[in-house]
Amino acid sequence: MTNPAITPAIRMTGIEKSFGPVQANRGASLEVMPGEIHALVGENGAGKSTLMKILGGLLSPDAGKMEVNGRDVTGWTTPDAIKAGIGIVHQHFMLVPTLTVAENIVLGMEPTKAGMFDGDRANAEVEKLTRETGLVIDPKRKVSDLSVGEAQRVEILKVLFRGAKILILDEPTAVLSPPEVKELWNVMRKMRDNGGTIVLITHRLDEVMDLTDVITVMRAGRTVGRLVTKDTTPSEIAKEMVGRDVALSAREKRNAAAAHGSAAPRSAGLELRNVVVTDPVRGRVVDNVSFSLAPGEILGIAGVEGNGQTELVEAIAGLRKVESGSIWIDGKDVTNLDVAHRREAGLTHIPEDRHRRGLVLDYTVANNLVLGVQNRFSLSGWLNDRKIGDYAAKQVAAYDIRPPIAAAYARGFSGGNQQKIVLAREMGHGFSVLLASQPTRGVDVGAIEFIHAQLLAARDEGKAILLVSAELNEVMALSDRIAVMYRGQFAAVMDADTATTEQLGEYMIGAKKEGVA
Amino acid sequence: MSDRFRAQLEEAVLPAVIALLIAIVCGDLLIISYGQAPGPVYRMLLEGTWGNWYGFGQVLYKATTLAFTGMAIAIGLRAGLFNIGAESQIAAGGFAAAIVGIWLPAATPGIIAVLLCILAAGAAGGGVAAIPAVLKTKFGAHEVIVTIMLNFIVLAFLNWLITAHLHQPESLHTAAIRAGFLPRLQSFLPAFRGAAANLSILVAILTALALWYYLFKSRGGYELRAAGLQPEAAEYSGISVHNVWMKAMILSGAIAGIGGINYVLGYEHYYEDGFATGAGFLGIAVALVGRNNPFGVLVAALLFATLSQGGLAIHAFVPKQIADVLQAIVIIAISAAVPEVRRLLLAGRKRVAA
Repeated sequence: MTNPAITPAIRMTGIEKSFGPVQANRGASLEVMPGEIHALVGENGAGKSTLMKILGGLLSPDAGKMEVNGRDVTGWTTPDAIKAGIGIVHQHFMLVPTLTVAENIVLGMEPTKAGMFDGDRANAEVEKLTRETGLVIDPKRKVSDLSVGEAQRVEILKVLFRGAKILILDEPTAVLSPPEVKELWNVMRKMRDNGGTIVLITHRLDEVMDLTDVITVMRAGRTVGRLVTKDTTPSEIAKEMVGRDVALSAREKRNAAAAHGSAAPRSAGLELRNVVVTDPVRGRVVDNVSFSLAPGEILGIAGVEGNGQTELVEAIAGLRKVESGSIWIDGKDVTNLDVAHRREAGLTHIPEDRHRRGLVLDYTVANNLVLGVQNRFSLSGWLNDRKIGDYAAKQVAAYDIRPPIAAAYARGFSGGNQQKIVLAREMGHGFSVLLASQPTRGVDVGAIEFIHAQLLAARDEGKAILLVSAELNEVMALSDRIAVMYRGQFAAVMDADTATTEQLGEYMIGAKKEGVA
Repeated sequence: MSDRFRAQLEEAVLPAVIALLIAIVCGDLLIISYGQAPGPVYRMLLEGTWGNWYGFGQVLYKATTLAFTGMAIAIGLRAGLFNIGAESQIAAGGFAAAIVGIWLPAATPGIIAVLLCILAAGAAGGGVAAIPAVLKTKFGAHEVIVTIMLNFIVLAFLNWLITAHLHQPESLHTAAIRAGFLPRLQSFLPAFRGAAANLSILVAILTALALWYYLFKSRGGYELRAAGLQPEAAEYSGISVHNVWMKAMILSGAIAGIGGINYVLGYEHYYEDGFATGAGFLGIAVALVGRNNPFGVLVAALLFATLSQGGLAIHAFVPKQIADVLQAIVIIAISAAVPEVRRLLLAGRKRVAA
C-alpha cells in the first residue's frame, strides 16, 4: 500500500505516552496517505484519542517521531497543528449555543469592519463554505435551535473554515440518525475526492467497511494491524481489536436461548397507560404513550435522538413528572412514587449519560457501586466499609472492570469501564424491570459484546427490559419488539424478526406513520 | 496506600505553605514601605502569638470562633451550598445561649446548663439557616442571595432587641448569664492567665471529629457529598437532593450558631452586639484553606487566628491592618495557587512514574 514515491500526509512512529502509571501509547504508529479516508479503530482505552491528541498538539509524546507532509513536527503545539492544516472534530460539541452558526464558525478569527464585528461578511463567508463543501446549513440560525446532526455540521465547518486539510473525526456518528449519517458520508467522500485527508475514529465496523480506504487497529496502546478495507472483513477487524474471536451478533445468541425455550413467568413487568410528559419550552415531549412490557422481553425503542426517548425514560425512572397517565411496575401503580420507592418496587436504570447521572465521578468505584443502595450497606446510619469493599471487589471481578482497583476514582476510567461500573451496580442486585438507555454509547466492541450478553442473560432470567438506543443495529439485534419514537409518539411497534432497517428508518424520520395508540 | 496518603497530604499542605510564602513576600514589601525591617516585625508577630502563653491563648480563642464558622461553611460547600449567612447565624446562636443562660437558675448543674445553652445556640443558628433552606428547596431562591440579605435582617433585629429591651445601662450587652459557664483554660493552666481561650475549644474539636465521621463514614454524609459533587447523579440514584440541602443548610447554621458559645459561655458571659463581627465572612476563607475538611478547617482557623492576633502584636511598629492585608493575600494566593500547585504536583508525579 505504502508508495514510497508519495509523501504520507501523516506519519507517526514509535509514539510513547504515559499518564502516571497508565501507558496510553506504547509504540503506536500511524501512516495516512493524502486523499485517503483512514479508520483508526480499537477498544476503549486502546490509545486512539491520545494518539490523535498528540497529533493535534494537545499532548506531547514521551518518545517517538511524527511527520506531517514530510516535515518533522514531533511535539508541536496546537497553534502549529492548526497552521499546518490539522483539524480535529471532537466527540463533544464545543459551540456557543446563544450565537448563530456563522458567529460560531468565525469565532476567534472574526471579520471586522472599522474594528467592529462584520456580521454580513461572516454570513457570506460561511455561506460560501457551505456551498463548497455541501454541508448545508443556514448561517443565521442560532446554534441552540439546531439538531445534533446540524450542530455537528457546524463543528466540521468550523475546522474547515480554519483551513483544515487533514480532518480528524472522533466518533462523528454516535449522535446521528441514519439519513444524517448517509449525508455525512457523502460530504466526507467529496472532501476526499477534492484531495482532503480524513482520519475517522470509530467503534462501528459497518462504517469502517462502508467508507474507509485503510484501517489502523490499536490495542492496549500499540498499533497491532494495518488493513486495507477492501481486502478485509468486519470479523477480522474485530479480532485484531480484541485479540480474540468475537461474536458480532447478539441476535444469534438470543435465538439460541429462545430455542432452549426459557419461558419466563408472565404476570408482571412494566406498563404505561397514556403517559403524557410536557416540557415548559417544547410542549408535549411524550405524547400519549402506552405499552406493556412483559418479563422476559426486550422492547427496543428506536428513533432519532430528541424525539422524547430521554423524557420517556426519565418519566418512568421518576426523574420527571408525568402530566397525565400512569406507570405500573409489577402490577403496582408507581406514578406518584419518587425515585427511591420506584427502585424498591423493582426498577433499575442504566442512564443515557453516565458522566452526568450514572456516576459520581469523584467517588471511588466502590462508592459508586453502592450508589442508590447505600442503605443496604449501612447499619443504623453508618456505612459498613468492609461490606462495601467486599461487594466492590466481587463486582469488579464479575464485571471485568479494568483496572481492577475499587479504591480508584471513577473519573479516571475509560468509557467502557465506567459503563461496566454502572452495569455492575444496576444489575448487581434484585430487580424486575430494567431501563437501559444508550447502554453502549461510546464503548468499545469488547465491552459492547459484554453488555449485550448481560442484557440478554437478564432477559432470559425473566427481567423486563426497555432498551433505548440511537444504534439501530443494537435495537434490532437485542429486541423482541421494536417501537419507533417520533415527535413524542410511538410511530410504530413491530416484531423485531420482521423489521428492516429501511422500514424503521422511514418511521424514524416521520416519512411514515402507523395508526398505533 | 501510603503513597496515596502522601499524595493527599502534599495536595493538602503544599498549597497552604506556598500561599503563606507568597503572603510573607508581599508582607515584606508592605513592612519595608513603612520604613521597618521585616525580620523584627515577623519575630514580634510570632512572639506575640505563639511565643507567650497569653498570646497563644488569644490565638486559640479566636481560632475557636473561626473553626465553628469555617466548619459551618465547609459542610454547606460539601453539599453544594454556599452559606454566606454564618455571620448572622453565629450572632443568633450567641444570643440564644445568653438568653437561656440568663433564664436558667444559678443552681442548675453546670454540665446540664452548658448543654442546654449549646442546644439553644444550635437551634437558633439552625433556625436562621432554615429560612434560606426552605426558600431554596421550595421556590428555587438562591441561598447566596437569601443568606446575605438575612444577615442584614437578623443582625438588625438582634440589635433592636438589645438596644430597645435587653441592654444593661451604659452598654450594648445583656445581663450576665447565671448558668452555663464554660471555664477558661487558665483554670487548668494558670499560665494562660488573662487569655480568653476556654473550653469551647474542646467543643470545636469534638464537633470536628463528629463532622468528619458524619461526612466520611455515615450514610447521610455519603448522600450529602454525592449531592454536592453531582446533584443529578444523586437524584438519579434515589437520593432526595432537596432533603439533603435542607439538612445540610440547617446543620451548617447550627454549627455556626454553636460558635456563639465561645464568647457568651466562655469569655464575657453575656451577649454583646457585634461580638463576632467578621467571623462569618472569614469563615469562608477558613473553609477554603481547610479544603472543606473538618480537620483542615481547624488548622486553617489557627492560621487566620494567628494573623489576626499577630496584627495586634505588631501594632506598635506598623498598622495592624497589615495583618488584615496579609490575611487577604493568603486567601487570594490560595485560590490562585491551589489549582496550579496541584497541576505541578501531578505533572511531577507523572515524570517520576515515566
